[in-house]
Amino acid sequence: MNDDRAPLLEVRGLTTEFVSERTGVRRVVRAVDGVSFDIGCGEVLALAGESGSGKSVTALSVLRLVPPPGRIVSGSIRFEGRDLLTLDEGDLRRVRGARIGFVFQEPMTALNPVFTVGDQIAEALEVHGAARGAAARARAVELLDMVRIPEPARRARDFPHQLSGGMRQRVLIAAAMACRPPLVMADEPTTALDATIQADILDLLVAMRRELGLSLLLITHDLGIVARVADRVAVMYAGRIVETGPAPGVLAFPRHPYTRGLLASLPGRVPGTRLEAIPGAVPDLAALPPGCAFAPRCPDRFDACDGSRPDAYAVSPGHTARCFLHGGAAR
Amino acid sequence: MSLIEVTGLVKTFERRQAPWGRPRLIRAVDRVSFAIGEGETLGLVGESGSGKTTTVRCLLRLIEPTAGSFLFRGEQVFGLPASRMRALRRDLQMIFQDPDSSLNPRMTAGGIVEEGLVIHGIGSPADRRARVRELFEWVGLDAGMAGRLPHELSGGQRQRVGIARALALAPAVLVADEPVSALDVSIQAQVVNVLMDLQQRLGLTLLLVAHDLRLVRHLCSRIAVMYRGRIVETGRAGAVFHAPAHPYTRALISAMPDPDPGSQPPRIRYDAAGFDPEAELGEVAPGHWAATSAARQ
Repeated sequence: MNDDRAPLLEVRGLTTEFVSERTGVRRVVRAVDGVSFDIGCGEVLALAGESGSGKSVTALSVLRLVPPPGRIVSGSIRFEGRDLLTLDEGDLRRVRGARIGFVFQEPMTALNPVFTVGDQIAEALEVHGAARGAAARARAVELLDMVRIPEPARRARDFPHQLSGGMRQRVLIAAAMACRPPLVMADEPTTALDATIQADILDLLVAMRRELGLSLLLITHDLGIVARVADRVAVMYAGRIVETGPAPGVLAFPRHPYTRGLLASLPGRVPGTRLEAIPGAVPDLAALPPGCAFAPRCPDRFDACDGSRPDAYAVSPGHTARCFLHGGAAR
Repeated sequence: MSLIEVTGLVKTFERRQAPWGRPRLIRAVDRVSFAIGEGETLGLVGESGSGKTTTVRCLLRLIEPTAGSFLFRGEQVFGLPASRMRALRRDLQMIFQDPDSSLNPRMTAGGIVEEGLVIHGIGSPADRRARVRELFEWVGLDAGMAGRLPHELSGGQRQRVGIARALALAPAVLVADEPVSALDVSIQAQVVNVLMDLQQRLGLTLLLVAHDLRLVRHLCSRIAVMYRGRIVETGRAGAVFHAPAHPYTRALISAMPDPDPGSQPPRIRYDAAGFDPEAELGEVAPGHWAATSAARQ
């Protein structure tokens, strides 16, 4: 992207913890651990990872919507020149929805069943003072048309249950785009959908990004979706970004053993052969090893891995891997 | 004779728009026929509502089919009395889609896996415990988890308990309905390997129901693609995957996101309006059948 301009979103050292007390034992789970990334104007960044990797909490942290007992303990989130972590609640509300739109995974639970979809989009516009009354309703129909919903004027009068899952997700995308935010965050926006509908929604997001010039933070567990949509990818494991770089480069030449393992464990490359599964399970975030969190499952583990946490080492321009194979005192 | 022979399976549901409304008949499964040989693996692929889950539920008589025939080792399964059906289920085991609702919340993981052995009176308590340990190891569960209740396990661990339970009786046929879709990618591969090992070690016949074409391609020698209650294409996995004949199969394959940069095929869209539910399966290549108008001619 443009190097002479500040990125639209600049996250530095973001750390979010969940503290729980059970039978007098205090458990601290660091769901997001020193995460840093940028999103440039018009850029699509995918946060990829498995459940518990911290990708969703990262997105919620950017919006400061982490549910208690979670809290952001350190870091900075610069968006359009301001640090979102120091904004008061009123200013923050003017950012959420209006400047940063969001789309969640479950299109049914995110919509209110007792209002028409047109009214719900119009409400989003009214809340942010973008339009009122008849103008808001007319704009809602335009937005439904923009997300390729056929007969938008008629569909605007439908209730959520009258729409298919794919159509509901289009409505949510229309609502997220209502105030023309420069950044949209989408958390597994197609996971609940069938393959052909999923591809339609991904095509729609790509088209919206091209037409409106928006930036997208896409959260997904599916590396196929990363390849289809993202310019850059950040792979998360146990709360940290372990590898980041241009999506085609990372997917074609993964340098972190975890990324390599994830790609190798996908079925279908050589049918009928054993998959190179990553052994073990995702670690307990409350009991991480002192060294690299992936070391216990890593095929390339050596002495340095258990001593300390690896830094992010550059492996090629714009591509880093948090792995001692690529730097550090040990080599 | 094939181990499994399904002919003309139909399942209709009545649906009313309102309690006083006239019932509408919905054909969830419409004249579905297929055969699976001993030790063979068939993948039933389709999107939600295609009838793939309803098909396998009919075969296990978890729901009663409306019409059709299902021969298992030559024996007609539809219409069997409950007592004979119970015995048959030892050989026809199922892994369910939703581990949360298919495990007894009050039983420990070990107890759930052992239950089938107890019911069928297999082995001494010590044999059974050893068997449970072995099953736990196969599905990648720590033996220490045997004492846990389902709610104390993660979703992925619960699904693996369901798989261990299905394997406990060493069934001839394993029917797996979306067995890995609830698991994380790195765990999915472990379970796929387990299914492949078992298939080879035990000569297990596998009927896999999945929406993930790539998974089906990996595990199955043959594929049947379902759309709106019908099988629209079937054949050897490689042939269906690389030379799809039905427009719907082509659309489905082109919709799958491919993580290999640059290898994503261009999207092919399928217009549902062009679907002909009366189109018969015709042979487009040896052993490769598709319900296309072209194949009918």
